[in-house]
This record gives sequence, structure tokens and C-alpha cells, in this order.
Amino acid sequence: MTETAAEAPGDVTIVDTPIHLDFSYTPGVASSRFLRSLEKGEIVGQRCPKCQKVYMPPRGACSMCGVATDEELTLSGKGTVCTFCVTRIPSPGLEAPYVSAWIRLDGADITSMFLIQECDPDEVRLGMRVEAVWVDDADREPNLGSIKYFRPTGEPDADYDTYKDYV
Amino acid sequence: MRRDVAIVSWASFETPSEPARNEVEMLLPVIQEALGKVGLTQQDIGFTVSGSSDYLQGFPFAFVGALDAVGAWPPIRESHVEMDGAFALYEAVNVLQEDGIDTALVYAFARPSRGEVDRTLALQLDPYCVAPLWPDARGLAALQAQAMKDSGRFHDVPDVPPTYVADGCVAVVLAVGDRAREITDHPVWIRGIDHRIEPPALGVRDLTASPSTQTAAATAGVQDVDAAWLHVPYPHQELVLRDALGLDGQPVDSAAGPVMVGGLERLASAAAGIAGGKARRAVAHATSGPCLQQNLVAVLEGSQ
Amino acid sequence: MSARVAVVGVGQTKYAAKRQDVSLAGLVREAAKRALDDAGMTWSDIDAVVIGKAPDMFEGVMMPELYLADALGAVGKPMIRVHTAGSVGGSTGVMASHLVSSGTHKRVLVVCFQKQSESNATWALSIRLPFTGGSVTGAGGYFAPVIRAYMRRANAPDHIGIKVAVKDRLNALRNPYAHLKLPDISEEKVRESPMLWDPIRYLETCPSSDGACAVILADEDTAQGTPNPPAWIHGTAVRSEPTMGAGRDVVNPHAGRDCAKDVYAQAGVTDPRRDLDCAEIYVPFSWYEPMWMENLGFADEGTGWKMVDDGSTSFEGDIPINPSGGVLSSNPIGASGMCRFAEAALQVRGMAGEHQVDGARKALGHAYGGGAQFFAMWIVGSEKP
Repeated sequence: MTETAAEAPGDVTIVDTPIHLDFSYTPGVASSRFLRSLEKGEIVGQRCPKCQKVYMPPRGACSMCGVATDEELTLSGKGTVCTFCVTRIPSPGLEAPYVSAWIRLDGADITSMFLIQECDPDEVRLGMRVEAVWVDDADREPNLGSIKYFRPTGEPDADYDTYKDYV
Repeated sequence: MRRDVAIVSWASFETPSEPARNEVEMLLPVIQEALGKVGLTQQDIGFTVSGSSDYLQGFPFAFVGALDAVGAWPPIRESHVEMDGAFALYEAVNVLQEDGIDTALVYAFARPSRGEVDRTLALQLDPYCVAPLWPDARGLAALQAQAMKDSGRFHDVPDVPPTYVADGCVAVVLAVGDRAREITDHPVWIRGIDHRIEPPALGVRDLTASPSTQTAAATAGVQDVDAAWLHVPYPHQELVLRDALGLDGQPVDSAAGPVMVGGLERLASAAAGIAGGKARRAVAHATSGPCLQQNLVAVLEGSQ
Repeated sequence: MSARVAVVGVGQTKYAAKRQDVSLAGLVREAAKRALDDAGMTWSDIDAVVIGKAPDMFEGVMMPELYLADALGAVGKPMIRVHTAGSVGGSTGVMASHLVSSGTHKRVLVVCFQKQSESNATWALSIRLPFTGGSVTGAGGYFAPVIRAYMRRANAPDHIGIKVAVKDRLNALRNPYAHLKLPDISEEKVRESPMLWDPIRYLETCPSSDGACAVILADEDTAQGTPNPPAWIHGTAVRSEPTMGAGRDVVNPHAGRDCAKDVYAQAGVTDPRRDLDCAEIYVPFSWYEPMWMENLGFADEGTGWKMVDDGSTSFEGDIPINPSGGVLSSNPIGASGMCRFAEAALQVRGMAGEHQVDGARKALGHAYGGGAQFFAMWIVGSEKP
């Protein structure tokens, strides 16, 4: 706290009032099923019965149609980078520079956000083909963190027209 | 009001603790029931508005996810208040005065069992001098009950039970004039609606009375009602509200309901009561803030 | 037909990183009092109070309308608090205008604010639910990929964001309330500033500000008698779409386009670039200006960046955008939308001082929030609609 000309020593201008509240978060029924599948090393999306679009990660409802999504399907874990950014500022638990990408998994109709590693950030590009890298079997939890990151597959880049409409 | 607004449908859900479903999963069937009962879909709705609290959900922008339950596509006219859904309904009644906006969906949702309601509500108080003392909601209610006992004006002031905690959601459908008559044979008309707020400092308020309820009741036109549905977080507060509303022997249905939801639920219950023939004209009330700081009063009336 | 509504008073606080010279109550009163003075009113002239702000965790106060009831002269009156994420400043103005156009109230005080310095906004924005992964930090981390997608779609040259960053900060020098005052700003300085979330550089990013913005909305009767010229509301609109929906276009959101069409139709605007004199739009990261030019119909898809490149959107251009300096220069999140709405009103009232756009008679105020899914807009004019 620095003094300004207007303040006399001892003036109180700010009070620290710590707030501590405990919450118990639940992902929901559909998300729980999805998270349990991650624990088993599978990525399970859900299809909307009305528009037929596949959601990954599934949240139990198709937000466009406002209906519950039930039909489940396993996705391969490969996908296309539809867009991305390289973060160069330090962030808790992440070493800069790191790449956050919006990846459309093959078979899904929306993108989901994951890190891309095992390549130079400058190599990441739109249309790059990537695949999921999992934590070891023994360490997997019902948590999106069970997918550590995505890495390039080495396949040729996808055509712009095949992914441009997913952002 | 230039255009008559009616409650045409409603649905609600309440449980002591919803352990598995998230807000969207809890809300989806309730919204679908409210719309479905009168053959409407989201595409038929002109304005959607909700009430909920980030602090009760435990993370910021928490209400955004709930929109998934609505099916906001094509994009919808939508808003949100960080208050009990009853205040969202007030907003809807005003928006429905626009020509061309003839129906509205109002919903509220909360899962207070997931957090510490009593302590969380302390954050509603003056952040510099009062909240840091962490007066829990039940404790404040007890101060009010004590003041009522000390005043000598009330017989049998009930004890203050633990703060009511329940999870739930409510959805209400509103419509204007002829549109309401098209949608249902039993529209419940909102003849008047108003709300008022009192000062935050408990020390400057008379906790044994509710001037905000009185003013809101006068503005909303509470006369000649044959029943009341009151939002009562703690039982002793019913005595204060009866006084303020000038109730005199009419049957009173009181409930606390889930925080953020209870007030809208009272409006829905009053509508259900009227549509079901239990009353012809009733007052419905909702409250917000510590010790009845803010109060909303609506006068509902059935069709002939 | 619903009643005419006018903006008869505008009040803003000085926006700064930390306003430690005022409490929360003091902050909102500063803006409210200025608006009342502008309108030639006192607290007792107000029939209802509507406040708007973004998440309560930014200050650590739950439902602040309760705590602020007496500070804002709302005791004994109706008081509502709107929360629609980043667009809240705008949607609050829209909802409040309905309270007057419906005939329910004659004079409504609208205050939007944020006092982020009282809590920890970065923490609040980064709260992660335990079962979700952590792959992005801050709003920039979310919007940077969207910007990259726009750059690819429009084949826009790299320097466009930089030009917007310079333009808005130069505009801010003419706004006494603006937070960032960077008289030495230049394209070179922006280009050399640290890259935060590629392609967003530090100097292409909005600041985090404390501040409040208030307007007084009044009916026609009242507006005839106020000391300063009113800004008449010609149209208001809000639109929302889902955060994550299959088929959403995050770069050029459907909700934004629909919202603009609605407000233009109400205000008789068929060609916004021609029919409007200026616009205050929500640009938290510089590239959002060309993106919103397209979304709002000022430019055809893929060409918004040209309006930046050729100076059309500069203070001297044919359609000045953000003459106040915009969100890039001051960003009290809960108030930023209202600042846009209020600045548009100041322009058509001829009261924007040094940053007045000559002869401005019709202006657009725009706000967006969430994952670019909530939109609120209004059009104000110097003539009655």
C-alpha cells in the first residue's frame, strides 16, 4: 500500500475480508457417464435425437434443440485442429508457451478444447491432424485430465472446407 | 399495464437434495412440461428470462450453462436476473407490453444443497462492516423473531428452524390477452404486480413490520382476495407478512422453497390454485434478502 | 404502440485499475449523482432503480442490489439486478427501457458497475470445476482462437488488430473518464508488446478497470423538461444463443446478426454505415472491431478489416467506431456495455466533449458477452422516433 498525498498515515482504504465457501460440484448424469468412459480410456459422445448432431464432451442436452441426448457412440480419439492459439503468459499448472486448440474429433459435430504437445508451438496449424494422448492406465480418473493432450498424427492436413464450419 | 398478461402454464420440481443431475438435466424436463402442457415449443416463445445465483452454484457465469435446457436456436430474446425468479417474471410482464412479444418463458433454478446456504447468504450484507462477521441467515432471522417477541404485538412467535435447504426449479409460461385465451381455457390474469426494497442495515429497519410489502401490495392492488400464497423462508415471517398484506382470515399457503426459486414457485402455486378453483382472486408474494428486505406482491385472478 | 423513452442523464466514474478512494457504494453513487445532475433531478425524482453487473465473485458481494439499496436512493422503490455476463451493461439498459416504454415507471435510474479490485477477477474467471481439464487461461485464451479463425476466413493481413489498438487509445486521450492514457501509442509499440495469446498482443487487450456508468431513462413528458437535450431511444434488442452448440458460428454469431437486424428494423436503419453517424461497440480485443463490422452489417463478410485499414472507422472516418476509446481503453466488465450505450447517447445529445463526432444524430450502442453468445444493442437519436 503506497501513501498518496491525500492520505494521512493510518487511513484505512482497503480491508481484507477472506471468504471461504465449500461447494460440492456434480457434473451431472450424462457427464458422469462420459467421465467414467474417460477413466476407461474411451471417448464417448452423445447424439441429439432431433438434429442428429454428436456432442463431445456430452452434457446431457443438445443446446440447440433443448432436448436430452441419450444415444452414445465411441469416438476414435483422432481429430482436426479447427483453430488454436499459443499462450505465452504463465498460467497455473501450465508451462508457457503452450497451445490450446479447438479440436473436432472425427465423428463429433462440435469442437472441444485441448492442449497440443509433442511438437513446437510454431508448427501447429489450422487443419492439422491430431490424436489423443492418455495418461497411463493406472493413473486415469473420471476427469478430462485423463487425456493429457493431443499430438500430431503426421497425416496430411485436412482440407479447409472440411473444418471451416466448425468454429 | 396496457396489455393484460396471464400465467398460462407452469411446472416445478423440488427435492431435499438433487445428488446426480446437474442444473440443465434438472431444468430440462420442467421447462418441457410447462411448454408441453399447453402445446408450445421454444419457437413459440417471444421472451425468455431466468433467475438464479452464481454464488449458490459456486462459480461465476453459472447461469449461462442453464440456457442449454432451453434450446436457444434460432437465437432467442433472453435475459437473466441474479435474483429469485419472481423478479424475472416482473421483468417479463414489462417486456410483454411490447407489441409483437406475446409469450414469455420464465424459469428459476438452484441447487443450494451443494453449498453452505446459511453462510453464503451472509455475503448479501454490507461487505465492509457486516459480512466479515459472517452472520448466518438463520441467525439474522432469529434476530427478527426476537424483535417480534420483544414488541409484544405477536402471539406465539414460532422458533426459528434451520434454514430450509432444497434443490429445485420452476418454469412459468406467460401470455398476453387473446394469445393467452388461445393457449389455455384457464388463464390466470396478473391484475397487478409490484416490488419494493428496504434499507440493508438491519438496525434502521423495523423488523417486526414489512413496509416494502405494504407499499407493493397497495401498488399491486391487493383488495378483495380470497387466498394468499406467501414466500416464507422462516415461519415467524408469515406473521409479519399477514399484517403487511392486511390478510384477515383468508387461507394462507406458505412455503420457503429453494433459494432463488421459492418466490417464483409461489406465483406458480397461486396460479395453479386459482386455475384449480381453490380461489378466485389471490395474492402471491416473493421475498429476497435478509429478514424480508425486498418484497414482490402480485394479484392474480382467474377468468370468469 | 409503447411509449417513447429517452436518455436524459448520463454519469460515469473515472475508470482506473483500482478505485481505492471509494467503497462500492461510493463508486456507484459517483456515477448516479453525475447522471442525476445532468438530468436536473434528485434521488426523489426516480421511480425505480435497475442495476447491472457481471459475476458477484468479482467483488465478493452476493446480490449487491441488497447492499446498495440506500446508496442508490432505492429504499421504498422497485429495484432489480440484471446479470447477462459481459453484455450485462447493454441488457440492463434494454430491460430498464422496457420499464418506461411499458408505462410502469416514468423515470428509471440505471447503474452498471464493476469493482474488480475488491476481489480477484483472474481467479474468478479461472475457477475450474474439478472434472474439467485446464487448457485455457483468461478471456483472451478463449477469444484468441476465434480471432485466428476470422483472420483465416477473411484472409486479413496481420496488422489490422494493431491499427484498431492504436486508434482506440488515441480516441481515449479525448475522453476524460478513460482508464488507459497512452499518448505515445504507435503501431510499432503495439507490435512489439508481448504476445499474450497468439495472435493477441498485450497492447491489443482491454485493461481490467473499476468503474460505474449510469443513465437516467425517462418518458416523453419528463424528457420535454430536462435541462440538457435527450437522446431518444429508437430501438432496443437482445439475442442469445447457446455456448456450445453444433452449428454455431462463433466468429460471426447468428445471435449478433439477428440482434442487429431487429434493432435496425425498429430504428428504420437499412444501411448502418450510411444511416448511423457513429457506433460504440464492444471490442475487448482489437480484432473484434473488424469482426463486429461484418456481424453488424457495416461490411460484407470477409471485408470488415478493410474498414479498419482504410481509416473508415477512425475518428475522422465516415463511421467513427468507439470515439470514446471503447473497451480497449476502459473495461469495468459489468459496466462496459452500459458505457457503450451511454457514449452513444452522449454523441447524439452533442455532449461528448472533445470526442464528439461532429453532427452525430443517430448512433448505435452494442454489447456482447459470454462465449460471444449474448448480445444487447440500442439505437439512439437526437430526434424523437
